[in-house]
Amino acid sequence: METAIRLNRLHKSFGPTPIITDVNLDIVKGERHAIIGPNGAGKSTLFHLISGRYEPTSGDIELNGESIGGLPPYEIYRKGLSRSFQVTNIFARMSVYENIRCAVLWVKGYKYSFWNRVDNMEDVNERTEEILERINLADRAFVPAGLLAYAEQRALEIGIAIAGGNQVIILDEPTAGMSHSETEQVVELIRSVSEGKTLVMVEHDMGVVFNLADRISVLVYGRIIATDTPENIRANPAVQEAYLGVEADHE
Amino acid sequence: MLEITIFSLLNGTVYGLLLFMLSSGLTLIFSMMGILNFAHASFYMLGAYFGYTISSHIGFWPGLIFAPLIVGVMGALLERYALRHVHKHGHVAELIFTFGLAFLLEELTQFFWGTDQQAYKGPSLLDFPLFTLFDANFPAYKAFMLLISIGIFLGLLLVLTRTRVGLIIQAAITHPNMVNMLGHNVPFVFMATFGVGTALAGLAGTIAGPVMGTYPGMAHDLGSIVFVVVVFGGLGSLAGALVASLMIGIIQTFAVGLNYSVSDFLVTIGVSFPADHFLHDIWTMTLPQVAPLIPYLMLILILIFRPMGLFGTRET
Amino acid sequence: MSTLTDLRRSMVAEARRRQRLTWLISAVVLVALPWIFSSSFSISIMTQIGIAIIFALSYNMLLGQGGMLSFGHAAYFGLGGFLAMHAMNYIADGAIPLPVPLLPLIGGVIGLFFGFIIGTFSTRRAGTVFAMISLGVAELIAALSLIFVGFFGGEEGVSSNRTKGPDFFGFNFGPDIQVYYVAAFWALIAAIAMFLFSRTPAGRMANAVRDNAERAEFIGYSQRNVRMISFCLSGFFAGLAGGMFAIAYEIVTEETLNMNQSGAVLLMAYIGGVGYFIGPIIGAIIMTLLRTVLSNFTELWMLYVGLLFIATVMFVPSGLTGLLMMHGPAWKRRSLKRLLAPYAAISIPSLAVIMGVGGLLELTHFAHTTSMDDRVMTLFSIPMNIDSLLPWAGLIALFIGGVLGVRRLRPMLLDAWADANGAGGGD
Repeated sequence: METAIRLNRLHKSFGPTPIITDVNLDIVKGERHAIIGPNGAGKSTLFHLISGRYEPTSGDIELNGESIGGLPPYEIYRKGLSRSFQVTNIFARMSVYENIRCAVLWVKGYKYSFWNRVDNMEDVNERTEEILERINLADRAFVPAGLLAYAEQRALEIGIAIAGGNQVIILDEPTAGMSHSETEQVVELIRSVSEGKTLVMVEHDMGVVFNLADRISVLVYGRIIATDTPENIRANPAVQEAYLGVEADHE
Repeated sequence: MLEITIFSLLNGTVYGLLLFMLSSGLTLIFSMMGILNFAHASFYMLGAYFGYTISSHIGFWPGLIFAPLIVGVMGALLERYALRHVHKHGHVAELIFTFGLAFLLEELTQFFWGTDQQAYKGPSLLDFPLFTLFDANFPAYKAFMLLISIGIFLGLLLVLTRTRVGLIIQAAITHPNMVNMLGHNVPFVFMATFGVGTALAGLAGTIAGPVMGTYPGMAHDLGSIVFVVVVFGGLGSLAGALVASLMIGIIQTFAVGLNYSVSDFLVTIGVSFPADHFLHDIWTMTLPQVAPLIPYLMLILILIFRPMGLFGTRET
Repeated sequence: MSTLTDLRRSMVAEARRRQRLTWLISAVVLVALPWIFSSSFSISIMTQIGIAIIFALSYNMLLGQGGMLSFGHAAYFGLGGFLAMHAMNYIADGAIPLPVPLLPLIGGVIGLFFGFIIGTFSTRRAGTVFAMISLGVAELIAALSLIFVGFFGGEEGVSSNRTKGPDFFGFNFGPDIQVYYVAAFWALIAAIAMFLFSRTPAGRMANAVRDNAERAEFIGYSQRNVRMISFCLSGFFAGLAGGMFAIAYEIVTEETLNMNQSGAVLLMAYIGGVGYFIGPIIGAIIMTLLRTVLSNFTELWMLYVGLLFIATVMFVPSGLTGLLMMHGPAWKRRSLKRLLAPYAAISIPSLAVIMGVGGLLELTHFAHTTSMDDRVMTLFSIPMNIDSLLPWAGLIALFIGGVLGVRRLRPMLLDAWADANGAGGGD
């Protein structure tokens, strides 16, 4: 099996504080992989490392066999990895349509062109419209993104991540703050857009995790204590003690 | 040479500490409120003008007290009734507002006092040379400026390290969002910060006016340099502001004092150029000519190589 | 899928049609203007407006579209002007066979060149750091211009003669009207080019980086490169405006690249409205008119400009264009006429406030500057003796009456506004 993402003895500390400690993980091409763990375990930090927002303190990250550790985000994106954010991170003053269209431009090869007009790019615009239909925002296409309702902004957030059609997608808590029915819609959306692609997601909603993931990794205090299928994770005593137990105490 | 060195050091320190009085207020405002107050030097100018007007009616010493107070109250009122209004549009809008304010204050100053330089004089009490060295006098007034500046510096240091308010300010400087969480009356803290910061600028103007001239362009002439100081020292760092103030003060004063040109230097290494060479202006460039450029060169270099400034911790 | 595609296609087609029409009408208006305003004074003002439009639009590529607040945009304008001026001297000497109307291109290339050099280190960040670098660079260049007397001509600047160029279809560009047409041509071309740029990937991404620079990096774009492109092109158009300035005035001094000039372009763009493409154009027209007309009537015109600017920042951050655009919904509802009467009503006390403030300022200024034997000032065609209480009291009364009137009429205006935009305030 080919790996899409390989984390090799990955380590990240802020000053003297280690956040990610010696993380080794292989994410197989085509799988849907969920990363779970209690608050403060370092899940978002891990995503920031993989997507290039942070530089690893030591260790390496490989994307399709190529080292990407420490590359800037746009280089990593160009190598085929795109991401969404936990806190909605959109282009608030631009229309929904423009938000998606901007996320399509690079992959369609227009790069920094300042001589082609976007209105003439039929391929870009059709792709944009296809994405808008998929994320159910077609009828909101020409509304400024900042004026969307919360759930709509979350959908747009995912839309921006998938618009380019990158083969590896990482989603940071895609259902955060959503109602039950909204969550169901998003799960279906994620399932359909990740068809034939590699998906890594951080998620707190265990229903979503066990519903979507082929494999699950459990991150506790910056270390991965288990990576396995959902059934085995559920049965794993170390996980139960370290994570599910903690979670149960909270509730 | 020794004469130049001693006097440049003295004058540079006077000038540098004056810059610190301005830059400390600017740093305080920036740290607490996130606003880089473009109009900061305009309050310095107002300090000089108010000092002049008061001194011409009731004397220099009352002016020294009241002019900074008036400037501080004006600053606080401006924060309360104008800047706070702009705050909701973001930092760029605030920066644009203070830019406009600098423009407007210069126009208003010209409106009330005219475009000529004012005959603002120091007190006759201090109108004597403190000492004479190598036939050059060091005026007592400059020593007085030095004293006031050091006093303000020590006062700031005491307030910051020994009082509760100081602790809050320090917390705010290192953790910009802390003040909000401390449960203090944030709008009032902002207004007070702006008031104190501008009052410091006003005081600097009141004592500098008699020496550096009281004229409508004085805010512009010093304003950009004060910016250089705070950026060079590191936005939000008082220690950085102090070091950068002294550095720029002393370097600039030295450059003005040392009348050397590029060609003088080239001649010593045996290179000379004909007078009609097309780069003539470069060869004959003298240090006093270059002096005004130095702060900006320093600014650009530090922003390229160390964007957080000498002592800064955050890049903004 | 198809409904959105169809909608988008029809929107694009409609927008295209409107844009072509707009450019066409603009061209016709530019050609026709000198017939309507034919005095040499108005032709010179219109030339200035043309230059200001290019300059302000280039500024807005940074502030409005790219989110970069520059305090030193005049550097590119001035450097372009100086180089164009030197080129004009070479042309006059017969050293380069370039027709004079093409000189702005030289200015543009110079602006582009310096934009590229300075952009390499200033576009890494937006926000305060960008603003500070722009200020430092501009101050540096302004200070240098006074040192390098050979190139910048010191206080007198550099001058030349625009009529000595090679033959250009029989025009020698001596008459101001010919220069106006050159300026109008470049203003139109530059405006179209800058508008089209805003519709390209680089232009769209400039908006994206302005809104959220971090996210732009996660969709494949380096924020620095995106800013760099806008910055260089903005330098190009600023230099183009500077080159045009050189042709129009035949002299370029340090004043074209100092802080006042940088401030002036910020004021133009901001008062016009940085959020709209047309904003800086409106700003350039209004500020140029204000400057030339107002400065004929009063020495205090800069003070008024400052007051206008502060008022804009505080109360109308979207600028004059934003103010106009607010009426869009009412226009579409065809209910704009319901606002006419309230506007007319409130304009009377508003005028009283403005006249009161302006009058008091003017009177004070006159009292400051006049001699002992000249105590009468004619204001609003009324002779006023500054030693008598009456004019002061009258102006204060005018001001207070105006304020009271505005406050009285305000609720009525707000009601009419709600009514014109659909009762209840929203739809």
